[in-house]
Amino acid sequence: MWKVRATHVVLRILPLVAILVVWELLSRLGIIDWRFFSRPSEIANVFIGMIMSGELLKNVLISLRRIFLGFALGVIPGIIIGAILGFSRLADMLVGPLVAVVFPIPKLAILPLLMISFGVGEGSKIALIALGAVFLTLYNTASGVRNLPPLYREVGQSFGASRLQYITAIALPGALPHIMTGLKLSLQTALLLIVAAEFVGAKDGVGQLIWTAWEIFDVRRMFVGLVTLSLIGYLLSIAIDKIEDVLLPWRASELAAAGK
Amino acid sequence: MSVTLRQSDVVHADLLVARSNESPPLAKVHDISVVFGKGAGAVTVLSHINLEVRKGEFLVLLGPSGCGKSTLLRLLSGHIAPASGSVMFGGQRCNMVFQEHGLYPWMSIVDNVAFGLRMRGIAKNERRARALQELRAVGLEEFAARYPSQLSGGMKQRANIARAFANDPDLILMDEPYAALDVQTRRLMQEQLLELLSRDNRTVVFVTHSIEEALLLGDRIVVMAARPGRIRREINVPFGANRDLHTLRRQAEFNEMAEAIWEMISAEVKESFRKGV
Repeated sequence: MWKVRATHVVLRILPLVAILVVWELLSRLGIIDWRFFSRPSEIANVFIGMIMSGELLKNVLISLRRIFLGFALGVIPGIIIGAILGFSRLADMLVGPLVAVVFPIPKLAILPLLMISFGVGEGSKIALIALGAVFLTLYNTASGVRNLPPLYREVGQSFGASRLQYITAIALPGALPHIMTGLKLSLQTALLLIVAAEFVGAKDGVGQLIWTAWEIFDVRRMFVGLVTLSLIGYLLSIAIDKIEDVLLPWRASELAAAGK
Repeated sequence: MSVTLRQSDVVHADLLVARSNESPPLAKVHDISVVFGKGAGAVTVLSHINLEVRKGEFLVLLGPSGCGKSTLLRLLSGHIAPASGSVMFGGQRCNMVFQEHGLYPWMSIVDNVAFGLRMRGIAKNERRARALQELRAVGLEEFAARYPSQLSGGMKQRANIARAFANDPDLILMDEPYAALDVQTRRLMQEQLLELLSRDNRTVVFVTHSIEEALLLGDRIVVMAARPGRIRREINVPFGANRDLHTLRRQAEFNEMAEAIWEMISAEVKESFRKGV
């Protein structure tokens, strides 16, 4: 059994290793210009140096802090407003069109406006991420609540569920898979937005690290930034999958039963 | 379309005479009509229905598709309101056994079964104990902690039945609960239901389009006709308690009654068959 697993692991990392080896060879043989594309061994050297000096970790933590604060500030009202819009026709009539108008605006386009309101420091970056998260969460929560199978309500009525019981015991847990989708999309968007925000005006963070590397044309540092972002994205997606397993323990078996 | 009594109905009429019953009615449907839609597209689903559900009986609503038997059930459960007429229910609780998708996917089986008790504000320990007891009765005790998606269709249906029973209702409504199951599972489920009811006397209204199922389970059968949905005939089933399909199929009376009922509804089924409904 472990042999099969080991083979699978080898198969999975093989393409990555192959690309790195080819890249290294092409660079050493002078077929590609190392000044533009660097080479894996050099990038690894710089990477290790930046870890040792603590520079990388400092910037990662700063970016993560912005992501998490913005995420929390966006997701919590997103779920609450989304649930209200999903349950109340009146609220949907009043607020729905507003959401529909603002939702399609690329959130990055609002960054300059946010910088006027919140300053060029932490405020505008956190606000940008919150803005990206609030709409995605709101939208998914509302549609999750709205599209619950009518049978859920009928069963609830049959067993005498009050309106409040319907909301807390049936509708919210029933909409949880959709809410989770909103959270995942929000997190992906947060990563995108933080890099862009740090490009424009920041003294620190992974985005700023890549941007200053470009300004001094240090390709190796740019690649270190990219690899770091890849790792952050990967680890965040694992983390949110784990959270999903805890919050929605029935989903795994449901997906398995559906043959996905 | 008016339906005239056919010769064969008359031949078997002596078998189908309804006996008088002393039990008081638990629920009463009085001159009910239900219309779906408005204007030219309006469809009369039920027309002038009168029906009594007696305490402790197993009443089967039998008929071809489109005869409004499910609508009548939903009327009894209060899920829809009649266009005219009245529904009286003399009990406290009336629970529907939903089809398999009626279980909540995020609740474990035991939590699903305890759902009605939770809505009534019964303490967690007590409702779990009662739910487990009902799960034991349907043979699902060891699956208490599983989620619905981990169970087969038949097991889910048993959980649905346990959920209705756990709520201790005065009236249990079942809407073709076994229609989606394969023949073998269906037969085992029918036997289990009879066993449950023999231990624990309940009032059940059961919707089916299977004549055999109706005769196997019912104390009384209400045969319905379609377009508009109306009651064709009431039949008292003479087979008593402790029946099983194996024995019944060897009884001449069972086969004759099944044939008589088939004669009663077949004209209509053939008609809709021709129309391609």
